[in-house]
Amino acid sequence: MGRQTPLYQLHRELGARIVDFGGWDMPVQYSSQIGEHHAVRRAAGVFDVSHMCVVDLKGARVRPFLRMLLANDVEKLVRPGKALYSCMLNESGGVLDDLIVYYLADSWFRMVVNAGTRDKDLAWIRQHAREFDVGILERTDFAMLAIQGPEARAKAAKLLGRVGAATALELDTFVGREIEGWFIARTGYTGEDGFEVMLPAADAARVWRELNALGVASCGLGARDTLRLEAGMNLYGNDMDEKTHPFESGLAWTLAMEPGGTTGARNFIGRQALEAIKAQGSRAKLVGLLLEDRGVLRSHQKVLVPGLGAGEITSGTFSPTLERSIALARVPQGTGQQVQVDIRGKLLAARVVKPPFVRFGQALVK
Amino acid sequence: MSKVPADLKYTKTHEWLRTLPDGSIEIGITDHAQHALGDLVFVEVPDVGRSIKAGEPCAVVESVKAASDVYSPVSGEVTAGNPQLAGAPETINTDPYGGGWLMRVRPAAGGPATELLSPAEYEKLQQEEGD
Repeated sequence: MGRQTPLYQLHRELGARIVDFGGWDMPVQYSSQIGEHHAVRRAAGVFDVSHMCVVDLKGARVRPFLRMLLANDVEKLVRPGKALYSCMLNESGGVLDDLIVYYLADSWFRMVVNAGTRDKDLAWIRQHAREFDVGILERTDFAMLAIQGPEARAKAAKLLGRVGAATALELDTFVGREIEGWFIARTGYTGEDGFEVMLPAADAARVWRELNALGVASCGLGARDTLRLEAGMNLYGNDMDEKTHPFESGLAWTLAMEPGGTTGARNFIGRQALEAIKAQGSRAKLVGLLLEDRGVLRSHQKVLVPGLGAGEITSGTFSPTLERSIALARVPQGTGQQVQVDIRGKLLAARVVKPPFVRFGQALVK
Repeated sequence: MSKVPADLKYTKTHEWLRTLPDGSIEIGITDHAQHALGDLVFVEVPDVGRSIKAGEPCAVVESVKAASDVYSPVSGEVTAGNPQLAGAPETINTDPYGGGWLMRVRPAAGGPATELLSPAEYEKLQQEEGD
């Protein structure tokens, strides 16, 4: 038996199928994975993401600490509540994790890191925080719900008082704040609008049932995966890990490698290695694939690139929105528009596309 | 509890078998199996005329989550693959013992068959596997 979130018992009562996910017993689906997927694209769904790790970082020097720790630059965070997506790298430029960091106050930031990397991340963060005298507190008192879909914010706001609801509905994209004792952020992992809400663990089951009563569908990790892949979002451990760097993982946009400025170049962990890779040019890149033949792309299938050799699918699935198979794949740098994928010994045609595949309910590729 | 029709035979790998009036065997996957796989999105059935051996993978069913092999419980020659499944793989979810059949096989005379289970034995197997 794995670790359980505060909602585990409720998932069982709701008839969820439970699977192991990074050492956690998590709901993979309640009724139909495709039905849950469509609920989020067309209306609203709620996911239990309490397995993710919320960490508060406090100290007078927390900002310089995070500027050293993260490959994106928290100096971009000016307004309290603003969030930033970043990679945390090792010295060789490999991705230790991808995360979201919120600027809450000058001496207080909050990070959300992946469940499967929790112990490794915390050890790494603590090790480097020492010289900055930054305190690290894991917020195991929170449950976390992701409420996603075109109707998600309006439905979630009904759980709040009049003033709280108005405040929540005014939140800009990628901004969070504390409202009525909950931390509500306009973030997500589905390609739809919505909130991610951190709330006291004891409130979580009641809130979930109230959301269900408002027509918000219970959604499992299965739908979460097809939604994020349609949205072209990476999954740590599939699309990047310690052995791959951001340039070959579609994550160059998250790197803040400006050469200097008034304060001089920022020397974050992994920068030296990245500069060398950048100077040489990355040999591989992460692209989107659309299967033109019938079948389903899956991770680890081989991608054959005319004249350049081979690559590999890092995440693949059937896209319920497009009703065909899509994938992310790591392929040689010069890969053009057409490739072949080896599925059980058959070579099937796939087209290289730029993710996302789907955004705000709309197909972006044909 | 998944449905286990009384007039069929079953395998430990969750296929069902129906003997048709002409002596050929119709094969599909059980209600328990379709439920465990989830929404089916792609099915590959064998070509007509293919000679198959008992216990060897002869079809593939793919749900959103994963691909699974289907093993033939009998040796023989494929006389039909269900043509409907290419366009409507979800038929296996909605009607696993009827419209969701995968293939028909003319069994080889005296050919080996994998161990078959009665409905009662298959129900017991499901319980053991935590249905």
